[in-house]
Amino acid sequence: MGSIGALPLADWVNSGVDWLSQFTGFFNSITAFFQAIIDAIQWVFDLLPEWLFIIVILAFTYWIKRDQKKLGFMIFEALGLLLIWNLGFWRDMTQTLTLVLSSSLIAIVIGIPLGIWMAKSSKAEVVIKPILDFMQTLPAFVYLIPAVAFFGIGMVPGVLASVIFAMPPTVRMTNLGIRQVPEDLIEAADSFGSTSWQKLIGLQLPMAKNTIMSGVNQTMMLGLSMVVIASMIGALGLGTQVYFAVGRNDAGAGFAAGIAVVIVAIILDRITQSFNKTSH
Amino acid sequence: MTEKVKVTNLTKIFGKQIPQAKKLLSEGKDKKEILAQTGCTVGVNQANFTINEGELFVIMGLSGSGKSTIIRMINRLINSTDGDVEIDGQKVMQLSKEELRKLRQDKIGMVFQNFALFPHLTVLQNAEYGLALKKVDSSTQEKKAKEALDLVGLNGYDQQYPDQLSGGMQQRVGLARALANDAEILLMDEAFSALDPLYRKEMQDLLLQIQEKMHKTIIFIGHDLNEALKLGDRILIMRDGNIEQIGEPEEILTHPANDYVERFIEGVDRTRVLTASSVMTKAHVINIAKAGPRVALRRMRDNDISSIYVVDNENKFVGFADAHDVSDLIKQGSKDLRSVLKTDVPKTLADTPINDLINDISKTPIPYIVVDEEDHLQGIILRGAVLAAISGEEVNA
Ligand SMILES: Nc1ncnc2c1ncn2[C@@H]1O[C@H](COP(=O)(O)OP(=O)(O)O)[C@@H](O)[C@H]1O
Ligand SMILES: [Mg+2]
Repeated sequence: MGSIGALPLADWVNSGVDWLSQFTGFFNSITAFFQAIIDAIQWVFDLLPEWLFIIVILAFTYWIKRDQKKLGFMIFEALGLLLIWNLGFWRDMTQTLTLVLSSSLIAIVIGIPLGIWMAKSSKAEVVIKPILDFMQTLPAFVYLIPAVAFFGIGMVPGVLASVIFAMPPTVRMTNLGIRQVPEDLIEAADSFGSTSWQKLIGLQLPMAKNTIMSGVNQTMMLGLSMVVIASMIGALGLGTQVYFAVGRNDAGAGFAAGIAVVIVAIILDRITQSFNKTSH
Repeated sequence: MTEKVKVTNLTKIFGKQIPQAKKLLSEGKDKKEILAQTGCTVGVNQANFTINEGELFVIMGLSGSGKSTIIRMINRLINSTDGDVEIDGQKVMQLSKEELRKLRQDKIGMVFQNFALFPHLTVLQNAEYGLALKKVDSSTQEKKAKEALDLVGLNGYDQQYPDQLSGGMQQRVGLARALANDAEILLMDEAFSALDPLYRKEMQDLLLQIQEKMHKTIIFIGHDLNEALKLGDRILIMRDGNIEQIGEPEEILTHPANDYVERFIEGVDRTRVLTASSVMTKAHVINIAKAGPRVALRRMRDNDISSIYVVDNENKFVGFADAHDVSDLIKQGSKDLRSVLKTDVPKTLADTPINDLINDISKTPIPYIVVDEEDHLQGIILRGAVLAAISGEEVNA
């Protein structure tokens, strides 16, 4: 290797980043756009008093799990949220939710169409698959640096970093779900003269729904696992509390904030899982 | 009769080296050889046939003989390698994507072996599927779908989901889905093969019943010959992508085109297919307007028979005369046969299945006479002939 010399990979990336920085206006408008989404979600959370928020969550759970067992889980939800309130992490919790929900929303809006495209075109699949692997395995810190360069400090780069890390499961599972639709059903739809759009909306997506939802579930969980990392670039929330506690070497506070993350994770997980249990 | 579907030189080769395979095929090489040399599978080789409007056309053959490939080229789920299919004069392989969808939406309904019902839709929604694609308004959709479900005997199941129904009932939904959008042509690929025998028989009867009312053009694939014989107006027999014989059920049973077909029809339950006309023999007849007792007696002596059938000028059955009675008549000097004619003869129509006759035939000592709708004498059924036909021997007409 020595005789050839190291490839100037780092230089290439740096000059790429430099080149991209001339489009500040473009990145600023993207930032503004995502900031608007984030603010809107956070605004709703701030509007609700704690007790009402808990009731809304319980009612939503009751409705979404209407034909499943739910009592134990609803008790857990009530106690868990009360504990977070009691510990004084309420606003951090809503900020974390905002981060997770907005990054999941973006991941879904981009990821599902991408998954559909992969399912419909084997060429697209060949190209997209390695990119997904890359997104999932590249250490998050690596893209935090340019993210800050382009989108500044705050929620937006945190959300975008989460999107990169958390989107792949949604894309993969959408692709898988659509490809798993039995060939004879596709044939039946074709034999009656459906367009590919009618096939997608009327057959493939409904049949792939459960698989896609489990991808979305994974996306949310991965998004949640990014909160601490995102807090390093200024995304507020429970992650910030953990990060600060680590900085102060305060194991107790760190643990308390960590418990709050776990509670949020369990609630999000169970709720999104029940989407794919509804039959038909 | 109007030609509904016309298949011309239809050929399908699966694989990569199509040109080489085609060349070998034209040199008369068979499927196995072509597979060995090129890796290509001959699905269908140069199929030619026409299906008439209102006909129930059955395609038969062992698994892998190319039945599904043929039926899928008719609505072009599979593109042909060569040749074309014409539906009402429209060349299917030449249609644009849009025209093809229109053809499928308007004219063709398909029923599948494993039902292929949409599991996320209710029975009613499944039946509405074709109409929904055509964007028919929803009240019409519901009305037509319900009519179709009625027709297949499935009312009251509208809101159930397919997985709540038995296999037989699921296939009724499959049939209703194909019928609901008024398709003129039904393609049924082994539609009943996955069903239990009892359900299968029920569905066969249902299909015949529906066909009597609707007069669709039906292309039905099966691998049960008894089923084919029961349903088919005509039957096409395939082997390794080639057509071995096309004909009416009786024709196939009585005149198999080659050894393969002959082996194919071994062991089939003939009583259901063979009709009186296929087992009858020619009767010795005299015309009562032209012949008297002496002619009758001479004819019997010449042919070494003990009785003779008597018809009128129009070949309508009048009665039959016994040799003893006729010679008595001659001794008495009478010239009119009528006084000795016996008329209490068992009689049957030419198209009665022998299944319906077989018991009576074995009980009556005198042969059945076979007549057409206007009572014209067609022939008589000798007991031995029935047994011979059932056991598969050639019937000498
Ligand atoms: N998509 C395909 N690719 C390759 N070979 C195929 C394909 N479809 C069918 N064949 C082959 O074509 C022949 C006819 O198949 P098919 O029409 O399905 O037979 P059948 O319906 O009579 O059982 C078989 O040898 C089968 O293996
Ligand atoms: Mg088949």
